[in-house]
Amino acid sequence: MNAPGTAFAPAATGLDHLDWLEAEAIHILREVAGQCSNPVLLFSGGKDSICLLRLAEKAFRPGKFPFPLLHVDTGHNYPEVIAFRDRRAAELGERLIVRAVEDSMRRGTVVLKSPGESRNKHQSVTLLEAIAEFAFDACIGGARRDEEKARAKERLFSFRDEFGQWDPKNQRPELWSLYNARTQPGENIRAFPISNWTELDVWQYIAREELELPSIYFAHTRPVVRRHGALVPLTALTPPRGGETIEEISVRFRTVGDITCTAPVESLADTLEKIIAETALSTITERGATRLDDLTSEASMEQRKKEGYF
Amino acid sequence: MSAPEKIPGIHYRDAGLLRFLTCGSVDDGKSTLIGRLLYDSKSILADTLHAIERTSIRRGLEAVDLSLLTDGLQAEREQGITIDVAYRYFSTGTRKYIIADAPGHEQYTRNMVTAASTANLAVILVDARKGVQTQTRRHSYIAHLVGIPHLVVAVNKMDLVGYSREAFERIRQAYLEFAAGLGIHDVRFIPLSALNGDMVVERGDRLDWYNGPTLMELLEAAPAAHSEAREPFRFPVQYVCRPRTAEHHDFRGYMGRVESGEISVGDEVQVLPSGRTTRIREIRLLDRSLPQAASERSVTLLLEDEVDISRGDMIVSPANTPSVTKLVEAMVCWLAETPLEAGRKLLLRHTTRETRALVAAIEYRQDINELKRISGGRLAMNDIGSITFKLAQPLFVDRYRDNRATGAFILIDEATNNTVGAGMIV
Repeated sequence: MNAPGTAFAPAATGLDHLDWLEAEAIHILREVAGQCSNPVLLFSGGKDSICLLRLAEKAFRPGKFPFPLLHVDTGHNYPEVIAFRDRRAAELGERLIVRAVEDSMRRGTVVLKSPGESRNKHQSVTLLEAIAEFAFDACIGGARRDEEKARAKERLFSFRDEFGQWDPKNQRPELWSLYNARTQPGENIRAFPISNWTELDVWQYIAREELELPSIYFAHTRPVVRRHGALVPLTALTPPRGGETIEEISVRFRTVGDITCTAPVESLADTLEKIIAETALSTITERGATRLDDLTSEASMEQRKKEGYF
Repeated sequence: MSAPEKIPGIHYRDAGLLRFLTCGSVDDGKSTLIGRLLYDSKSILADTLHAIERTSIRRGLEAVDLSLLTDGLQAEREQGITIDVAYRYFSTGTRKYIIADAPGHEQYTRNMVTAASTANLAVILVDARKGVQTQTRRHSYIAHLVGIPHLVVAVNKMDLVGYSREAFERIRQAYLEFAAGLGIHDVRFIPLSALNGDMVVERGDRLDWYNGPTLMELLEAAPAAHSEAREPFRFPVQYVCRPRTAEHHDFRGYMGRVESGEISVGDEVQVLPSGRTTRIREIRLLDRSLPQAASERSVTLLLEDEVDISRGDMIVSPANTPSVTKLVEAMVCWLAETPLEAGRKLLLRHTTRETRALVAAIEYRQDINELKRISGGRLAMNDIGSITFKLAQPLFVDRYRDNRATGAFILIDEATNNTVGAGMIV
């Protein structure tokens, strides 16, 4: 028995933190492949799913990925991101499936309340339709627990019922690294290999692995207006409102999503090193700074997940 | 192993990652302690802080309530209690931490077992006014059962006992007495006030009689998993890679994670269940060829000889092999609402292997409040008991106390596909 307050002997250094996170994520990807018969990996061209693709290479090369890639396209994307998405899938030689929210709108399964509104939450409908179309039994996503409070309690293997719903009060217990991906037909598992990563871990990994990113992640000059404390980039979908002053300033995106609800941050960081330095010193969470839709309610993510959002 | 990442402007010695568990009841100030760790280590970002400031004001509180940082789900925010395991992250610049925050109520034993299963250190909160309680014993028993090697007893609310050294010493003695009975050997004690921040990250100036490390100093120095003893090599095969392309026509890679021990190119290995021995030809990680792989690394192994291997097989050190068995005795924590009775058939998942299992006998149920054994009977939700299973297929097992990866399993109800039990092989 130790005397009170005796310090430990100096810790032996095992894997560094990125090695550990990488190994965990690879293990999760291989469990999905080993346990599920028809998985899919959600790839948006964003930084988190770019990490997922590198992890999938580490998990399965020299073989092909045991799953296709799926992008649920809101139609509200920056063209740089879409071009990047297509190029990256082609470089990897993997199959990319694209399903569009606009197709759901044509089918009448998505009805917009106003023409220019954010299609972020409508992605759930299109995603569920794609899951049904291809009978996917698992979707691999790049969500992280540090993004949002509801995610902090979600499992690495998160069970969704036939309606795609997440029931936070009835989650499968998840112990050790023994994952349970069993489903009945119609149900599916959402697997989150980088759950335990923070935004800083993602940037450090991108730097270490020298991963290519869409250009809008780096500082560039862009016309914006200031609205409700956030920077709103001016695009055809997001024109200036009366009385707003248009500024041309240097910005970068910390996250890329629906144009109408994704805001850049003011930044001069035009290299990964500078972005990492800024992230390490940042005083605002990724979603707080950049997701206009999450500002509406503290619980908005939890609500979306219950409706089938990833 | 690659060099640690350098963050510009931060002096960085990457001491890897530590997973730890915090346990205690709402009243012990557990959420406040976690909030304090995050706040004083500058891990809370301004917008999150503004949100809890707003909530604190709305609830009529005088100071910012740091416990709000760990309130997760809508249902819990309404009830003001934590009902499920939540994971929190912070980094000190030298080490990354994953906190598993487990609620303390009796009915949530399953959550604590879940949170404990991946932790290498547990912080057990004790209220300085109340001392060692029934739930302190319960938390300590579970932490020990689930094999957390290092326990830290945080005697909190020292501000409410006048920072009294005597109060702290009384609790320490009482704890040591019952811990010895459980076989707990590595336990450290820290007096602290999460509310005022004394001895959490900062020392403060009100506990000058205490010369030991702060909680943060203990965390920074705590040993990482697998770093304290030589462990035998265990590699459950997750996936077999046979591309059959022109370029990789004869490639056969066995993919998995080194669950314990380490492996080097040239090492002799044995494959279970076939028993065949061969040597490691290559250890791959994408396009890198590694001379060796440490515990917890996910890699692809190439072998010298062609051996028929599939998912669920295990590659091990021939000098120290696991037991191959169709009979398993284990401590089981039952997680489902329907009680478990002898005669029940379940699916048992162990490493990457799955087999049907019959509950042959329930030897005893552990009363985790009184720490007594109650013989026979059945296991209700949150009960822990000793069970013998008969297996349809052999497993390759170690005792849980020797190896957490190859000694653990989960039980799955085939009708619902739910995870209904957690087992530790004795």
